[in-house]
Amino acid sequence: MSQLSSTEPPADVEVEAEDSAPETPDGPPIDEARQVVLDALAAELGDGLVATETHRDDVWLRVRRDSWKPAAEACKSIGFDYFCFLSGLDWMPSQSVMRGEVSSDVDVGDDTDEAAATEVAEDEEAMATDESEREAAAGDTTDGWKTGHAGGDTRFQVFARLYSIERQMGLTLKADLDEDAPSVDTWSEVYAGADWHERETWEMFGFDFVGHPHLVHMYLPGEFEGFPLRKDFPLLAREVKPWPGLVDVEPMPETDEEAAAAGVAAGGAETDATGAEGGTEGS
Amino acid sequence: MTAVSEQQRMAYIAGQAADARVNVELQTEEMTLNLGPQHPATHGTLRIIARLDGEQVINAEVVCGYMHRGYEKLTEVRTFPQVTTLINRIDWLSSFANEVPFILAAEQLMEVEAPPRAQYIRTIMFELSRIANITLFIGEMGVQLGAITPVFFAFRDREYVLNLIEAATGGRFHPNYDRMGGLKDDLPRGWVAETHDAMKRIRTYCDQLEDLLMGNEIFEARTRGVGVIPADVGLSYGLSGANIRASGVDWDLRRDAPSPLVWKDLDWKVWTHPDGDSFARYWVRLQETREATKMVDQMLDGLPAGPIQAKVPRIIKVPAGEAWAHTENPLGEMGYYVVSQGGLGPVRCKIRSASFNNTSIVPWLLKGVYVPDIITILSSLYFILGDIDR
Repeated sequence: MSQLSSTEPPADVEVEAEDSAPETPDGPPIDEARQVVLDALAAELGDGLVATETHRDDVWLRVRRDSWKPAAEACKSIGFDYFCFLSGLDWMPSQSVMRGEVSSDVDVGDDTDEAAATEVAEDEEAMATDESEREAAAGDTTDGWKTGHAGGDTRFQVFARLYSIERQMGLTLKADLDEDAPSVDTWSEVYAGADWHERETWEMFGFDFVGHPHLVHMYLPGEFEGFPLRKDFPLLAREVKPWPGLVDVEPMPETDEEAAAAGVAAGGAETDATGAEGGTEGS
Repeated sequence: MTAVSEQQRMAYIAGQAADARVNVELQTEEMTLNLGPQHPATHGTLRIIARLDGEQVINAEVVCGYMHRGYEKLTEVRTFPQVTTLINRIDWLSSFANEVPFILAAEQLMEVEAPPRAQYIRTIMFELSRIANITLFIGEMGVQLGAITPVFFAFRDREYVLNLIEAATGGRFHPNYDRMGGLKDDLPRGWVAETHDAMKRIRTYCDQLEDLLMGNEIFEARTRGVGVIPADVGLSYGLSGANIRASGVDWDLRRDAPSPLVWKDLDWKVWTHPDGDSFARYWVRLQETREATKMVDQMLDGLPAGPIQAKVPRIIKVPAGEAWAHTENPLGEMGYYVVSQGGLGPVRCKIRSASFNNTSIVPWLLKGVYVPDIITILSSLYFILGDIDR
C-alpha cells in the first residue's frame, strides 16, 4: 500500500480553500488575477478580442470569429488547461410561451399573511428594477434580439468554457457567427475534448467546425433533418398539444377557500386585499 | 535537402519498417467487435465498435444517443421550477446532486440565497446521493472483474441510504427536493439518528470492500497499469471528478469553487492518487465515499435551526441574465449555463454533464489495449448513460 498516497494533509486543504476563495467575489485578490489574465489575452489576441465582461466571479470574453482558435491556444498557453464545454447560442426570440408575461388573471402575491405578501411585493419590485437595469446593461438589441454577457452582433454565437486549475479561475469565450453559414475553426487540435462537443453543436445548431476530423452525428440518427436547438425548430409535442404544466397556479390547499372568497368578494383581488383577508382569518 | 527533412525521411522509413514488421509478425485478420448497446459494463445503452487485431484494439468508436432525451430543448418549454423534474433524470443514481447546480444558477440570477439550514440539508442530501451513487460503483466494478460478492454488499448497504433519501424527500430515486431559495420539506423526526447509523454502516461497507478487493491478486492484476490517463491528457479531454484526481490533479470543486453550500465549513480531505490507472480511480472513489460519510456526520452534528425557505414570489420569474453554476457531482463536474430573459422559463440551458467528457476519452484510451481491459477501463471511468445522453 506504499504507493497509495494523498498529496495533501487536511490542514493544507483548509488553508488553500481560504486563499483561493475570498468571501466577497469582487474582492481585490480575484480581480487582480482576472486582470492579469485579461491583459495577457489582450496582448496575445490584439483586436481579435472584441469585448470582455466580469460578473460575480466569472469572466466573459468575446472574440472575433477568426480569432476563435488563436484564443483557445492563447488560453491554453497561460494555464487554462481544463476544457469544460463548448456549445452554441441562438438569440432569436423564440415562440415559447415560457417567454411571455404572466397572464393578468394570475394573482402573484397569493400568500397567506400580510407581512409575507408585502415582502413578496417588494421582492417583485426589486426584481423588476433589477431586470430593467440588466436589460439596459445588456444593451445590444440587434434586429430585435437581446444578447448576454459580453454582447453580440449576430443571431448565432458559439461559446465555450475553460478553467485553469492553478489559477482557480474560469473563462467563458464567445464568438459571433454568420447567420446564413455559421462556421468557425475547430478546437479539437487544441483541446481534445472539444471533439465531441463540436459534433454535438454541429448537429444541434448546424455550426460547421472547419478542420474537425470526424464531424458526424453524436445523438441524432444519421438521416435527421434540421437543427433541433435552433429557436426556429418547432418542438412538435408542443405544437400538437399545449403544455398543460403552464397553468399550475391552482391555489395552495390551505388558501383554497380564502382565495375563492376573495375572488367572489373583490373580483380581481388585489395583492393587498388577499393578504389582509388571509391575515384576519389566520389570527 | 536540409538536415530536418532528412531526419523526417529517416523517421518515415523507420516507421514503415516497423509497420511492416508488425504486419509480418501478426498476420491476423482484422475483426470488428461490437460491444453493446446492451452491455452490463455500459450502465445503460452505449455502443462501442472496436476494430481488433487479434486481442488488441486498434481503433474504437463510441456510439451514443440511444437514450438522448433532448433535455436542453425541453428546458426551453418548461418553467424554472419544472426543470428540476427533468434534470433529476440525467444522472439517475444521484438525482438530487443534479438539481443543485441548476437551482444555484437560478438563485444567482434571482439574487436570492437559501437560509443556512437549507444549505446544510442540501449539502447533506448531496453527499448522501454521492454515497448512494459511488457505493454502487464500488460494488459493480468488482462484479465486472469477476468478483461477485461486492455487488451484493453494494445493493444491501445502498438501500439504507436510499431509504434515508426517501424518508426526507418522498422520492427514492428522483427526489425533486430542491427549490429556488430553499427546500421542499424539512427533515422528518428521527432522521438524524438514523442517518448517523447508516453512515456507520457505509463506513463498515467501505472497510469490507477494501478487505475484499484491495490486495486481491486478481483485482490488482486486472486494474494496475490498465487505462493510464496522464493528467494533461485528462484535462484537455475535460475529465473531472475522481477520474482526474486519480491522475494526481488535486482539484475538487467542493473545496476550490465558491459555493453557498457548506463544504468549506467541514473538516475533510481531498484524496488523490498519482498513478492514473483503473486501480487509482477505484481507490480514490472508495476514499471519497468514506470521506462523504464523515462529512454527513459533521453536518448532522452542526445542523442549524431556522427556516428552510427564503422568500420567493409564488410565480417565479427569473431576471434576465446569464449564469453558470457548477458543483462536484459524484461523476465529476456538473454545471448548468442558464440564459434567462426575464420569462418564466430558461431561454437556453446548456447542461454540462460529467460523463459526456469522461467518456469522450474512451477512443483515445482504448487504443492498443486488450479486449478484457475494455471492460475494466469502461467500468473504472464510471459513467451513467443518462449523464452522457442527457
